[in-house]
Amino acid sequence: MLLKIFFPQCCNRADSGLLVGRWLSGYDAAVVLAVIHYPFIPGQVKQYLQQLQAQSGGGLLVLGSWSLPKEGQEGIECFLRDLSTIFPQERWLQINREMGKTGFNCKVIHRDQSKILIHTQWASAGWEEKVIFIHYEQRKVMLSQLHPVEVPDTGTDPPSELRQVRDSTVGGSQPLFFLDRYDDGPLKSTHWQSEGREASIIVELLKQASVPLCLLISWLLSVWTCICNIRIFKLYPLHFLSTKLSTCDQLSYRTEHMRTLIHLSKLFPASLQASVCRKANILVSLLVDVALGMLLISWLYRDEHICMLANALVPVADHVAKELDQLLQWLMGAPAGLKMNRALDQVLGRFFLYHIHLWISYIHLMSPFIEGILWYGGLSAGLGLTFALSLLSDMVALLTFHIYCFYVYGARLYCLMIYGLSSLWRLFRGKKWNVLRQRVDSCSYDLDQLFIGTLLFTILLFLLPTVALYYLVFTLLRLVVVLFQGILRLSVDIVNSFPLFAVGLRVFQPYRLAEGVKFRVLCEEPGTALHLLMEINPLKCSTVVQTYRIPTYSCYPKDSWAALVKKLFIGELIYPWRHKTTKTD
Amino acid sequence: MEGEAFTDINGNAISLDCQNHSGSCREFTVSSPKMSIGKVIVYTCCVWLLAYAVFFVTENTAVLSGAILITLVGMMLHIHFVKVDHESLLVIGSLGIQVSSNFASGRETTTFIEMSKIKDIVINEAIYMHQIIYYLCVLLKDPTEPTAVSCVVPLFQSSKPRLNCLVKVYKSCQEILSKC
Repeated sequence: MLLKIFFPQCCNRADSGLLVGRWLSGYDAAVVLAVIHYPFIPGQVKQYLQQLQAQSGGGLLVLGSWSLPKEGQEGIECFLRDLSTIFPQERWLQINREMGKTGFNCKVIHRDQSKILIHTQWASAGWEEKVIFIHYEQRKVMLSQLHPVEVPDTGTDPPSELRQVRDSTVGGSQPLFFLDRYDDGPLKSTHWQSEGREASIIVELLKQASVPLCLLISWLLSVWTCICNIRIFKLYPLHFLSTKLSTCDQLSYRTEHMRTLIHLSKLFPASLQASVCRKANILVSLLVDVALGMLLISWLYRDEHICMLANALVPVADHVAKELDQLLQWLMGAPAGLKMNRALDQVLGRFFLYHIHLWISYIHLMSPFIEGILWYGGLSAGLGLTFALSLLSDMVALLTFHIYCFYVYGARLYCLMIYGLSSLWRLFRGKKWNVLRQRVDSCSYDLDQLFIGTLLFTILLFLLPTVALYYLVFTLLRLVVVLFQGILRLSVDIVNSFPLFAVGLRVFQPYRLAEGVKFRVLCEEPGTALHLLMEINPLKCSTVVQTYRIPTYSCYPKDSWAALVKKLFIGELIYPWRHKTTKTD
Repeated sequence: MEGEAFTDINGNAISLDCQNHSGSCREFTVSSPKMSIGKVIVYTCCVWLLAYAVFFVTENTAVLSGAILITLVGMMLHIHFVKVDHESLLVIGSLGIQVSSNFASGRETTTFIEMSKIKDIVINEAIYMHQIIYYLCVLLKDPTEPTAVSCVVPLFQSSKPRLNCLVKVYKSCQEILSKC
């Protein structure tokens, strides 16, 4: 087996001293974490390591010695060799670097049970083949997170080598990195240095401030939950309404997000970073949402834009009503040269015309209040752009209620005729639908039954084109509204679920979200060991979005297009709000 | 160190470059031929002539600028996502195998497979369109069943070298894998 030594890049130019690190169980590999410099008192080093082990519980050991000879330190070589007797280990690494050479030299000294030193100094031609130096950047490995986060728990296999390297760097070695290069202690060491305490003061202050903020939000949330749980909201009309309005949906999602945000994670530390990332995603999406909402507000309440909108709304509704009126008149004549059943055509047309009349009077009744409604509704953008958009979607739904009504009437009538025709078609063939067995059975009909059935079939068949035409026209109108609402919902959904923080992390600090590692061959000096550079392989952008998207309704399985067309064909109702049966959201 | 001339399955010349970093670390690079200027000119001319024909009928100058934009964007997308300049295989004894492909624009995609997951490297046969081709692939171990193969990772997917080139790579890979 080859011996692999994972060596931090920051220790490349460290002064001579002791190598502190771990051996990886199951693999012939050592991870060097820090270098403790000369001069030191061996007893103190031992005590320090024991302290660290008590704190972290990991197997931190003195792996060997490191020497980078400078002027006036020629004799240090044999001193470092003698150190192996002070720190008894099974294997003692002796790494030295010569000035002017890029490569390292390494000797491995084995010691067996009977405490006799066996120096295995390989011949200079042979031994460099047996050791691989893998340089890694400690900071990046510390901060990175390997994906997928869930470790497959096989039980028998040892965990993967790279995961072990990362875990040994991060888990349980944190206390080691507390010792600063500039501290005045008995021991001096070189390792990854965190980026200064000064910058982190702001972070600490924020952390301190977040505690009362979390308490406040949790209190508000509990009050909100109490309000939501009042029995009056469970009564039939209100409950029904609240499940249909997208503003209520949005409200419940935001409540859920807030709950996740303040929820203290009691998970095991492996998924801590993932949960932090999830929370940050939610927070950033919330902030972006509110910022966009503020922009909208600043536009709406400047220069009387609201007033203009409200004044434009009633003429638009009037115009739509007039167009619909014309459409109905056209349908009541001979649309596109088709000859319809005159009586039914007139009945349907008058029915719908009366509906439009009702609708227009309703709008005119409302018109004094529309500006007020818009003014107060616009304030909801303060909660976020998504709220304003959901409110807009709801308003559109209310303002186009007549189109919805037309659609429902047309669809019901059409549905009835299709069902009637299909059952009468079965009668034609001497069959009938057996309800108990849920299948088509053969059946012998009387002559009277057959006569009536045929008569009804003929009537339905000849009335079908008229009804189908009305159904077609109003379905198309309905689809336009559904499409608009679907677009609104899609944009709300994008703002709600897009993991902006994770994508930003991927762009600015690609090493944070690691898919794996990649290696590069560093130097090829004949006579030295192989040197590899281990770099973090960042996650793909699409994978980042997939992994970290905030779950909302669009993650659920949706109706396929074929199912939608089938529904339209047999006249079943389609809704924009029922999430699993919609068209565009 | 040595660049030998091989051909891929379509008969285009490719070059294999083996680098011995040390006894247990070897790198193989298969370079595909560069994009030929003739091809680029033909495609561009096709798009532009088509656009000019449309322009002749509609007399709308937006068609011409659209055609120029389409060719530029198409070329960029092609060199960034489709055209692979060279693919390399880095075999490091007792550590793992790294597969990387460099696109013509400089983008690099890399995957590293740890040695503990690798079962073997083999040359496989596959039916590709109307012909049977050989390809080199890494067999991955199934973590639950040690004898079973869970996944096959094909190597040199875009350059598709012929068997004589694959055998050369295969032999030196096996040399390293058998050592550790």
